[in-house]
Amino acid sequence: MKKLESTFINMVTVLSGIAVFAAITLASVYTLTKEPIGNLERNKRQEAIRNVLPPYDHFDSIPIEMNNGVETTKVYKAYDKNNLFVGAAVESSSNNGYKGHIDIIVGFNKKGIIVNYEVLEQNETPGLGSKMVDWFKTKKAKQSIIGKDAGLAHLNITVDGGEIDAITAATISSRAFLFAVRNAYFEFISNVDDPLNDSTTSVTDTLQQKNIDSDSSSTKTEMKGQVQ
Amino acid sequence: MKNSGSTIILNGLIKENPILVLFLGMCPTLATTTSAVNGMSMGLATLFVLFGSNVVISVLKKVIPDKVRIPAYVVVIATFVSVVEMLIHAYYPAIYESLGIFIPLIVVNCIILGRAEAFAAKNTIFHSALDGLGMGLGFTFALTLLGLIRELLGTGKAFGNIIFPDRYGALIFVLAPGAFIVLGYLIAIMNKFRRKVG
Repeated sequence: MKKLESTFINMVTVLSGIAVFAAITLASVYTLTKEPIGNLERNKRQEAIRNVLPPYDHFDSIPIEMNNGVETTKVYKAYDKNNLFVGAAVESSSNNGYKGHIDIIVGFNKKGIIVNYEVLEQNETPGLGSKMVDWFKTKKAKQSIIGKDAGLAHLNITVDGGEIDAITAATISSRAFLFAVRNAYFEFISNVDDPLNDSTTSVTDTLQQKNIDSDSSSTKTEMKGQVQ
Repeated sequence: MKNSGSTIILNGLIKENPILVLFLGMCPTLATTTSAVNGMSMGLATLFVLFGSNVVISVLKKVIPDKVRIPAYVVVIATFVSVVEMLIHAYYPAIYESLGIFIPLIVVNCIILGRAEAFAAKNTIFHSALDGLGMGLGFTFALTLLGLIRELLGTGKAFGNIIFPDRYGALIFVLAPGAFIVLGYLIAIMNKFRRKVG
């Protein structure tokens, strides 16, 4: 068979043919992989929420979403068997990472103490900023944020006058990470204290939270200052 | 030169190794080889695309008119890349995360278009398949080696297994300069080796 001549008709037919074939292939692979990909994304988030929460029985499947114009924050509240509020997982983000967006999820118990965190998405430099995935969990020097009372502790890197050690050679990533943590706490405290959003909380629990509220009102303003 | 199957495969692996001899596709090479596993997965993804596109282009070589061959090749290659991307995303999420943007960028990896144009468009289907395989293996081999050396010197691990403690690692090897340094030495060694073999 001789090679096809480069006539207009031939070129259009062949190129369209190839394009149609490519489209069919892509569509079928897309259909095939759509479900596993969707499941993975969902599982990843669910898994992260489970990992960061204090002991709980069930949590809100639909989060309270907050948008401050730049970042969207999601608060998943968790309850024990008697429907008492035990804490919340807060998905928070920062756009000031070394390579842009960082998305984390932080778990607080009802007193605002950090239980655990997970990094959902980051593009920081491998070997430097990417260490944030477990750096702030490591109990070494002043690295860890686990167990800190987010309302009282000065969650900032030591260079900026805070009490957390930044990741070696990744100050910007550390700053962005801790910003996201503070942001998460801010949303946590403003949401769990809101009686409208927290109708399931029992009376005693609300009382306890009132205490937190009076403690934290000063912290809130302080935090705003840090954010700017 | 292109007589037997084994010659074609060896050609891609050593004599015309895409990275160490032809210097094609340097961008993903330098960027993704931060660890042996990353390098290897990038290599395997490219291998799949290279193999597939070589075969398809070789099949279609008589039907594609000369004047539209490049757009036709690019569509074929892009299709394979998108397929690979979706498959990796669905079944190997960890690899998908670490390779990120470099999977879609396989489309513009010049080695794939280069082999389509230089080999698959002129040779039989079988030989094109072998060439894709050989070149892909050569690419995978070079990337895995580069990733392994960088990972070992940078973090003291090989394929994620700790060989020596992290603190003795030289971080520079994980970063961009380390990529250039290691690649330079690998090319030098390869040149020496090729000269000896003749």
